[in-house]
Amino acid sequence: MSGADTRHPGLNLGQTDAGGHDAAEEVVFGFWVFLMSDMVLFAILFATYATMSTHGQAGGPAPLDLVDLGSALAETLLLLGSSFTFGMASLALKYREGRTRLVAWLALTFVLGAVFVGWEVHDVHVWITQDDAPPQRSGFLSAHYLLTATHGLHVAAGLLWMAVIAVQIGWFGLIREVKLRLMRLALFWHMLDIVWIGIFTFVFLYGAVR
Amino acid sequence: MLGALDWQAIVFVRAWRDPSASELIGAAAGGLAVTGALAAVVLLSVFRLWRPLWSGWLTSLDHKKIGIMYIVLSLVMLLRAVIEAALMRLHQLVAVGQGGPLSPEHFAQLFSTHGTIMIFFMAMPLLTGIINYVMPLQIGARDVSFPLLNAISLALTAAGAALVMVSLVIGRFSTGGWSGYATYTELAYSMGEGVDYWIWAVTLSSLGSTLSGLNFAVTIYKKRCPGMTLFRMPLFCWTTLCTSILMIFAMAPLTAATVMLALDRYAGFHFFTNDAGGNMMNYANLFWLFGHPEVYILILPAFGVYSEVFATFSGKTLYGYRALVFATMCIAVLSFTVWLHHFFTMGQSANINAVFGIATMTIGIPTGVKVYEWLMTMVRGRIRLTTPMLFAVTFLVTFVLGGLTGILLANPTIDFSVHNSLFLVAHFHNMLIPGLLFGMIAAVQVWFPKAFGFRLHEGWGVAGFVCWVAGFYLAFMPLYALGLMGAMRRTSQWARPEYGPWLAVALLGAVLVLGGVFCLAMQLFVSIRRRKELAVPVGDPWDGRTLEWACPAPPPEWNFTVIPKVASGDAFTVMKREGRAYEMPDDIEDIEMPANSAVAPVICVASVATGFAVTWHIWWLAVLGLAAGWGAVIARSFVLDTKRRIPAATLRASHAAWLDRLRRTVPVSRAGETDPRNDGLAEHGA
Amino acid sequence: MTDRPEGIPESEADRPAREFRRYVTGGVLSLALTLAAFGAVALRLVAGQGALVVLGLLALAQIVVQFRYFLHIDLQKSHRDDLQLILFTALIVGLMVGGTIWILFDQHTRM
Repeated sequence: MSGADTRHPGLNLGQTDAGGHDAAEEVVFGFWVFLMSDMVLFAILFATYATMSTHGQAGGPAPLDLVDLGSALAETLLLLGSSFTFGMASLALKYREGRTRLVAWLALTFVLGAVFVGWEVHDVHVWITQDDAPPQRSGFLSAHYLLTATHGLHVAAGLLWMAVIAVQIGWFGLIREVKLRLMRLALFWHMLDIVWIGIFTFVFLYGAVR
Repeated sequence: MLGALDWQAIVFVRAWRDPSASELIGAAAGGLAVTGALAAVVLLSVFRLWRPLWSGWLTSLDHKKIGIMYIVLSLVMLLRAVIEAALMRLHQLVAVGQGGPLSPEHFAQLFSTHGTIMIFFMAMPLLTGIINYVMPLQIGARDVSFPLLNAISLALTAAGAALVMVSLVIGRFSTGGWSGYATYTELAYSMGEGVDYWIWAVTLSSLGSTLSGLNFAVTIYKKRCPGMTLFRMPLFCWTTLCTSILMIFAMAPLTAATVMLALDRYAGFHFFTNDAGGNMMNYANLFWLFGHPEVYILILPAFGVYSEVFATFSGKTLYGYRALVFATMCIAVLSFTVWLHHFFTMGQSANINAVFGIATMTIGIPTGVKVYEWLMTMVRGRIRLTTPMLFAVTFLVTFVLGGLTGILLANPTIDFSVHNSLFLVAHFHNMLIPGLLFGMIAAVQVWFPKAFGFRLHEGWGVAGFVCWVAGFYLAFMPLYALGLMGAMRRTSQWARPEYGPWLAVALLGAVLVLGGVFCLAMQLFVSIRRRKELAVPVGDPWDGRTLEWACPAPPPEWNFTVIPKVASGDAFTVMKREGRAYEMPDDIEDIEMPANSAVAPVICVASVATGFAVTWHIWWLAVLGLAAGWGAVIARSFVLDTKRRIPAATLRASHAAWLDRLRRTVPVSRAGETDPRNDGLAEHGA
Repeated sequence: MTDRPEGIPESEADRPAREFRRYVTGGVLSLALTLAAFGAVALRLVAGQGALVVLGLLALAQIVVQFRYFLHIDLQKSHRDDLQLILFTALIVGLMVGGTIWILFDQHTRM
């Protein structure tokens, strides 16, 4: 692999905008720092979940009662799929001059992300109405909802961000600023998939067998 | 429409209905705040300063102006918090064996606002302001990496401070202390708006600090001038880097804790409640996961300032630079491993206490290394005992004293007997006043002439130093004794007459500290009056060693005519020695600087509105505020033309004017440093 | 990928295809690890504390895979800043999560 295409990790501008690398280096590094700060926030929520799911059930529902493996798998595949399609969008950004492919992959990512959020909302609806497990019932449920909802809110924010960028692609074309924003959104999106790995593993899968 | 808000909430109405001493004092404080705000409005209108304020300051993205605004904010808050401290001591003295003037709730509000303000709205803005001003200059940059983000950080911090000030007039503040421990701060025990004010003020400040840390760290990583390797940076930049890293990682637990507490209070969740599986001990855990690194966020920048002060005012290169860097890094990492020592008494097993106790004592090692290196820097130096150096030398002695009591407290068995007593209060004031405040005052003394073009008056500086130091010792040494006698912190009155004399001495100390604040204000006033004779336009009043002294005072918006190139540490000293310090560069080019933006003021107003609205359950305003803030961010992303071009001719003219002024300036030896003769040009080899 | 833009040296020509394969590799590995984890639980191959270890390792593997193939973090010299950042974050996260769990579980056993 040559050095030119990997000035910084995540995404690169490739040949379509060689001059943008220097500008990219600073903003992308800054965004990495933000992401790491965000990871610490999620880590705190995971640690809180770990203790409250064990000690804070207060006679109410246990982690097992909230697990629907099929639902969790569907959500996981949706998010993993959207991470992959965003990767395809990144390649289109890097190697194609036109916008058609890029916009198509972004649209697909958006749809997958939106279905994911919708599915999560549906999950919450089921938990509250059928399982009688609202967040006010116990410390465990409070931690459960905060962890999953914080992730869900991040995904929703990512969707809003994607929509704004889509408008900007139409408005300005693929100028450097828009490209840099897409690169950061891609990092954000991939990181959210990584957080979800933690959620489906420790909340749903471990919840099913503990 | 107005949620939980009614007339009863306003402090003046409360005092009218119930004219007790406590309510009247509250009304007087509220009156002072309102009068201050009105006076500012009137003065700005009379002198027609609204437009300059808006276009020159509030919308400016210049790191220097943002830094100065941070410092102004912190000094205003400092004044309030010191007055509160003196009031509390007065009350405690009067209240020995009888009722004092303040109601217990009012007293509790005072210690809560005092702590919250001192940490989040005095210390943090002060150090953030100094870093903002100095660090980009020291690494030879024109600005920070993300100038707009910098302004937004200030906006969020200022919004938090505004909420605390508003609570002086509308409603009441929290009575839960600066740490806001649950379950006391849960709805079951603290009804009303007080804790909510605290939650949102602290959350805003913590978001602002996270973004500041991010900005500074990226600036240091990516914006150093050519040749400025990490190990050629001034030590202040190193401590800034470590503090920034702590800000990036340590604010998140605080945000998580305040959000969880808010969910408990607003939505009936059970994170920290007594019932339904809540775990209040997790609150302490999360709070100190933030709180201990926070201690080092506060102290490290002052370590950096002292390093610069010892080197500059001893006329020597800093002794053991690399060791100081590694000691700083050790402290930064270790600071994440000791948080449990804040709650040794919470009931975990002795093994855990022992591990954290040992980890705590370990921090003494790198800190000790630093103390020796500062001492060695002074050895055989030509020491000038001017105000900054006076603070620095006093810091060494005082800080070691505080550190020794810290080693005592690090031992869990000793901690059990003095936990939450005034011994602890004495200890952390003994760390933070020399380890933060003295450092920042020294920083103001050193860099004020750089920022404004004239020195601060030395006589008032020394007077302030005497007041601060004498005030500190008188105010806090008695607390060690009181703590050992059994006096607990946050207590509004004691029945034991033997506390009386100690409290009287402590009150005298608090009054002297107030005198110190007064001296600072007088120093500023006198210096502005005599700015002609104190002027240092050439920009190097202290024979400085680092790049910030290599430009005029005040520096132009763009800092450096051309980005400097360095080949060693102490870059400016080397440039002066080699006769390259004041040259006309031949490669001046057009540059781009960030254009003004109204986004940050909009976010500030929107944040105050949202915080206030959420505190008082005015939901429509909360939604509106959030929409306005995020709307401003999204709208800004559609603005592409965010730079202002400055032609090379402007830079050349400015540089030439500076060199011209320089040629008419007589260099001054270090003996004349505090004379009117000092125009900011240091004598060769002086 | 025949429609490569003008001006790219010949040796770089297969780069788009190579990077495409990287994403595919990452996607396939992630999918496999996900299905392995779900399968282990659905088929009741793991239980109790052992499950925590097995599932945790599968999650860690998938996190490494995604960092490697989607976020392109590797050991190249130009990536050292970011790798250090991520490793330092991992250290802090480890301290915070590990410490929290240690302290709060210990307190719980003593209540």
